[in-house]
Amino acid sequence: MPAILKVRNLVTKFHTLDGIVNAVNGVSFDLHEGETLAIVGESGSGKSVTVMSLLGLIPSPPGQVEGGTALFSGPGGQRDLLKLSRQELREVRGGQIGFVFQDPISSLNPILTIGEQIAESLVRHQMMSREKARERSIELLTVVGIPDPRQRYGNYPHQFSGGMRQRVMIAIAIACSPEIVIADEPTTALDVTIQAQILDLFKRLRETLGMAVIWITHDLGVVAGIAERVLVMYGGRVLEIAPVDDLYERPQHPYTHGLLGALPRLDERESRRLVSIKGNPPDLLIPVRHCPFAWRCEYAFDRCWQEIPPLSPAGIQHKVACFYSIEQGGPRSD
Amino acid sequence: MATENTRPQDSADTLLDVERTFTDRLAYAGRFLWRDRSGVVGLVLFLIVVLAAVFAPQLSHYDPLEQNLRDNKMPPAWSEGGSWDHPFGTDNLGRDNFARILYGARVSLTVGFFGVLIAGGLGMVVGAIAGYVGGRFDDVIMALVNLVLSLPYLLFVVFIASVLGRSLLNVILIFGITDSPIFARVARGEVLRMRRSGYVESAISAGARWPRVLFDHIMPNLIGPLITLATFEMSRMIFYEAGLGFLGLSVPPSVPSWGNMLAAGRKYLTSSPWIAAFPGLAIMFTSLGMNLLGDWLRDVLDPRLRRARK
Amino acid sequence: MHRYFLAKLGQSILLLLGVLLLVFVMVRITGDPAALMMSRESSPEQLEAFREKMGFNRPVLVQFADFSSKAIKGDFGLSLHFRTPALQMVLERLPATLQLAAVGLLMAIVVAIPLGLVGGFNPGGLTDSVGRSLALLGQSIPNFWLALIMILFFAVRLGWFPSFGRDEIKSVVMPAFVMALPVMGQLMRLTRSAVLEIRGEDYIRTARSKGLEPKTIYFKHVLRNVAIPLISVIGVQFGYMLGGSIYIETIFAWPGMGQLLEQSIGWRDFPLVQAIAVFTSVIVLALNLLTDMAYALIDPRIRYGN
Repeated sequence: MPAILKVRNLVTKFHTLDGIVNAVNGVSFDLHEGETLAIVGESGSGKSVTVMSLLGLIPSPPGQVEGGTALFSGPGGQRDLLKLSRQELREVRGGQIGFVFQDPISSLNPILTIGEQIAESLVRHQMMSREKARERSIELLTVVGIPDPRQRYGNYPHQFSGGMRQRVMIAIAIACSPEIVIADEPTTALDVTIQAQILDLFKRLRETLGMAVIWITHDLGVVAGIAERVLVMYGGRVLEIAPVDDLYERPQHPYTHGLLGALPRLDERESRRLVSIKGNPPDLLIPVRHCPFAWRCEYAFDRCWQEIPPLSPAGIQHKVACFYSIEQGGPRSD
Repeated sequence: MATENTRPQDSADTLLDVERTFTDRLAYAGRFLWRDRSGVVGLVLFLIVVLAAVFAPQLSHYDPLEQNLRDNKMPPAWSEGGSWDHPFGTDNLGRDNFARILYGARVSLTVGFFGVLIAGGLGMVVGAIAGYVGGRFDDVIMALVNLVLSLPYLLFVVFIASVLGRSLLNVILIFGITDSPIFARVARGEVLRMRRSGYVESAISAGARWPRVLFDHIMPNLIGPLITLATFEMSRMIFYEAGLGFLGLSVPPSVPSWGNMLAAGRKYLTSSPWIAAFPGLAIMFTSLGMNLLGDWLRDVLDPRLRRARK
Repeated sequence: MHRYFLAKLGQSILLLLGVLLLVFVMVRITGDPAALMMSRESSPEQLEAFREKMGFNRPVLVQFADFSSKAIKGDFGLSLHFRTPALQMVLERLPATLQLAAVGLLMAIVVAIPLGLVGGFNPGGLTDSVGRSLALLGQSIPNFWLALIMILFFAVRLGWFPSFGRDEIKSVVMPAFVMALPVMGQLMRLTRSAVLEIRGEDYIRTARSKGLEPKTIYFKHVLRNVAIPLISVIGVQFGYMLGGSIYIETIFAWPGMGQLLEQSIGWRDFPLVQAIAVFTSVIVLALNLLTDMAYALIDPRIRYGN
C-alpha cells in the first residue's frame, strides 16, 4: 500500500517566556492510503502538535516548525507540506485534509447556522454556487446521520446535542472528499454510548469514502476497534509503531506495556485514563540526550541514560525505540 | 505553556491565528516585560502618593490652611514671579499649593481606603453568603445589586451627597454603600464557581457547617480577585470624590481636598491657571498609578475579573 | 424570543419601581424633607405650611402611593424654583443632553473601535501600544479637569471653539470630546480583548482548518462574534453618558439635564432633582432594554433559547 503522507524528522518548538518547549523532537511515520493510524500518548506527548504542525495550525508565535519534511501525495502530485506557501496550505486544509476536533461544543461558531458552516467549505474549495453547496451540505448531513437534514440545515449549534455537533464536525471534515481526515480526540468529550456511535460512523465513512485517517487519542481502548496501526508517542518522540494486533499481543516498549497494563478490563464499562504508570510526563523544557522514558522506566540501565534509543525493527512492520527487550529479559541484541 | 493541547485560550496572547513573523515574536516576549514594568511604575506612583500623604508635615513646612493674602496667586517656582518657597505657587487666598496637594492626598486616600474597605467588606460578606446560601436570599440580594448597577451611578451619588450635606464621613459612607454591589457580584460569582469545584464539596461532606466552610475555605480564595477589584474601585472613588468636591458636594470647603482646590481654582482659570492645574495633575497621577497597578494585579492574580464590571 | 423579551421587560418594570422607591426615600433620609427643601432661615411656621402644601404630614405609605402613582403618569409636581411642572423642565433640557451624548458616543466609537480592532489583531504592534496608552490616559484624566484645560487652550488662548453655551455647531465639539474620552478608553480595551478572546476560540481554529481565507475568517467568524459584547457595552455607555453629563454640562454651560441637575441642587429644588433622576433612569432602563433586543438579534443562542 503506497504512503499518502510521509513524515520525516519533524521538529516543533515553542518559544515561551519559560524557555524553549521541545514539543516534537524528530517524529517520523508513514500514513498509507485508506488506513487508520492511531497516535496514542498522554497529554504533553506531542501527538496533537505533530499533526497541527503539518498544516500550519499551531499557534505561532510561540510555536515554530523547525525541521523535517512531510511529503503528501495529493491530487497535485507529491508535495512537502512544510514548504508550502500559506495560500497553498489553505488549499490543502479543508480541501485535501479535513479535521475533527475534540470539543464539538466549542468547535462550531455559535452564531452561524451549521449548514452555513458546512457549505462555506464547499464554496471555498469546490467553487460551488450557494445553492449547490446547500444541497450538498444537506446530503452530507444525511451521510453523517442527522435526521431531518433539510430542517436542521438552518439550525444553530446550540440547538444540537454534543454527539450531533460532532456529526456536524465530521460532515465539515469530509465535505470536500479529502484524502486524509485528522481526528484529534474526537470522542473524548462525549459519553460512552455516543462515543460508540461516532466510532461506527467513522468506520462506515472510511469504508464508503476510502480516506486515510489519523486518529489521535490517549485511550488505547478505543484504538483496537478503529485503527490498523498504532504509533505510541512520549515526550515528543515516537517510542513504538506497530500493527494494532501485534502491539496488543507483543508490546515491545516498557511504556506501551504500562499503557496496556493500565487498560480497563473488558467487563468495565468506562475506559480509564492512563494513570497507573508511575511518575509524571517529561518536562519538555529540558532537552534530553537519553531515552525520554528512562526516568519512569523500571528496566532502564546504563545505556538508556547515555543515548537516545533509535527506532529499530522489532518484527514485521513493528518498530520500537528501546534498548531493553522484555521478552528476552535483557538488553536488546542489535 | 501547554504544548499538547495547543488551545490558544490557554493564553489570550499566544494566538492561534494567522500569519506571524519574527518581529511579532519579539513583540510577544517584550510585551510581558513591558506589562510587568508598567505594574512596577503603577506601584511606584501609588507609593509616592501614599508617602506624600503620610509625610505631608515633613515635606512642607506650610500649613495648608494658613492664608497669606499678600502672597496670593503666586505662580509656580519655575515661572516668572515664582519662588521655590512655594514650589507650586499659592492660591487665591495665598495658601501654599504644594502643602495643599500633599494634605489633599490624605483626603483622597482616606476616602478611597475606607470607601473600599466598607464596600469590599459589605459586598464580600453579603455576596459570598448570597452565593453560598442561594435561594430566596440570593434572589433578593441580586435584585438589589442589579438595581444599583443599572442606575445612572453618578447622578444618584450627586443626589445623595446633596441631601446628606458635606462631610468626610458622609462621602465615605456614600461610596462605601453604593459601591458594595460590585464587590457583592464578584464575590457571589466566585463563590458559585468554587461551590462547583470539588474541594468545597469535600469539606461539606467531611461534616463542616456552612459558616465554617464559607469563612475558612471560601473567603481566603476570594481575596485575590477582590484585591484587584479594590484597586480599580479605589481609583474610581478618588476620581468621584474629586468630582463631588468640584461640584461643592464633598468634604467641607475648609478641608484641603483636590476636588475643593479644583473648584476654587476654576474661578481663576484664565488669570492663574496653576491653581486648578495641580490638583488635576495630582488626581491624574494617582489614578494612572492605580490603573496600572490594577491591570498588573489582574494579570497576576485573576484573569477572569475582566468580565466583572460590565 | 418573546419570552426573553417579556422577561426583560418585566425586569425593567421592577427596576423602575425600585428607582421610584429609592428617589422617594432619598429626600427623606434626613428625616425632614421640608427642612431639606426650604432655606435655613425659614421659620417653623413657614416649614409647617410647606409640609402641609407638599403633603409631608400624611403617613409615609400614602405619600409613596401618591408619589409613585403620579410619577408613572409623568407628574413630579411643580419645580419649587420655577413653579412649573418639573417634568416639563426636564423635557426641555433633554435634546441638548441627547445631542451631547450622541456626538460623544459617535466620537468614541469612531476612534475606539478601529483602534481596538487593530490592537486585537496585532497585539504588541505600534498602533496597539499607542492605542492602549491613549486608553489608559483617557481613563486616568479627570474629565472635569480636562474640560477646564481645554477651555483654557482651545477657547481662551487659541479661540478655536466657544468656551461655553450651545449657540454654534462648533460648541458641541469640546464638551462631546471630553465626555467621549473615558468611554473611548473603555471601548477600545473591550474591543481589543474581545478580538483577542474570539481569535483564540476553538471555532476559529475550525475555520482555519477549513482553509478559509483570512479575510473570511476575520469578517465572518471573528467580527460578528466581537460585535455581541460591543453592542451591550455601547448601550450601557450611552446611558452612562446621559447620567454623567453633570460636570461637563456645568463647565461648558451646556443647557442640558446635567446642568439643570446642578442648578436644581443649588436651589434645593428637590422635586426637580427627583424628576431628573427618575427620567434619566427611565431612559437608561429603556436603553438597556433596547440593547438586550439588539443582542438577541445578533446572537441566535438568545433568539432561539428558552
